[in-house]
Amino acid sequence: MIDILFYIFAAVAVGGALGVVLAKSPVGSLLFMVTTLASLAGTFVLLEAHFLAAIQIIVYAGAIMVLFLFVIMLLNLGHDYQRDLRGGAYAILSFVVVGLMAGLLARQIGISGGFEPGEEAAAIDAALLEHGVVGAIAQPLYTTYVVPFEITGILLLVAIVGAIVLAKRNVNP
Amino acid sequence: MITPALVLSAIIFVLGTFGVLVRRNAIIMFLCIELQLNAVNLAFVAFSRMVGIEGQVFVFFVMTVAAAEAAVGLAIIISIFRHYETVNVNNFNLLKW
Repeated sequence: MIDILFYIFAAVAVGGALGVVLAKSPVGSLLFMVTTLASLAGTFVLLEAHFLAAIQIIVYAGAIMVLFLFVIMLLNLGHDYQRDLRGGAYAILSFVVVGLMAGLLARQIGISGGFEPGEEAAAIDAALLEHGVVGAIAQPLYTTYVVPFEITGILLLVAIVGAIVLAKRNVNP
Repeated sequence: MITPALVLSAIIFVLGTFGVLVRRNAIIMFLCIELQLNAVNLAFVAFSRMVGIEGQVFVFFVMTVAAAEAAVGLAIIISIFRHYETVNVNNFNLLKW
């Protein structure tokens, strides 16, 4: 049952990713991206990462994609229906690069063979039962990784200041 | 369950790379970079079943960085659009030779 669900989510995610790359209008591309994000959230749930699935929907599909949509509408690019795929030698070169990359990834997955959940999977399940869905990830986040977490706050502050300075119309000296 | 998730992650990452290479619209190139970030997130979550909860913590950090990157990148796109009146990367030729 879980396997069937996983393959449904995987098929929708790959279809959405193809849509992002091939859709003509930027808004269509963005809606395909939301589809991909939602089905990836489904696979996160199947891999026992419930909190990340919720964050994926709320932050990624909810906040970041709306930011993209806002910029597309602000710049009035929604009617941009002309094909903008690169052609000629550049397209052939990108097919070669992508094929090389896919080959390397397939080879590596083939060499490493079947990945099996170790005893850490049982530890995660126990933590989920003991601390709850949020507590299981909050426990390491606020103990072992508290310094990176604080630095993340500084990063967000810098990003806010940078975005305002860059998008401001006239910076008067 | 881990191996199919890794295969899915590889497929989405390759599709994202292809999008960055062949599209000319700066916003869609940016969207494809987000696709690559999501593929890496999926690989992290899959590996967290083998290595421990740290994989999920890293995904949390990746999402934060992606949000910051989206805000700054879109601000850059807005300021470029003000100058060139387009987001087609073919027209940005200041650093081309």
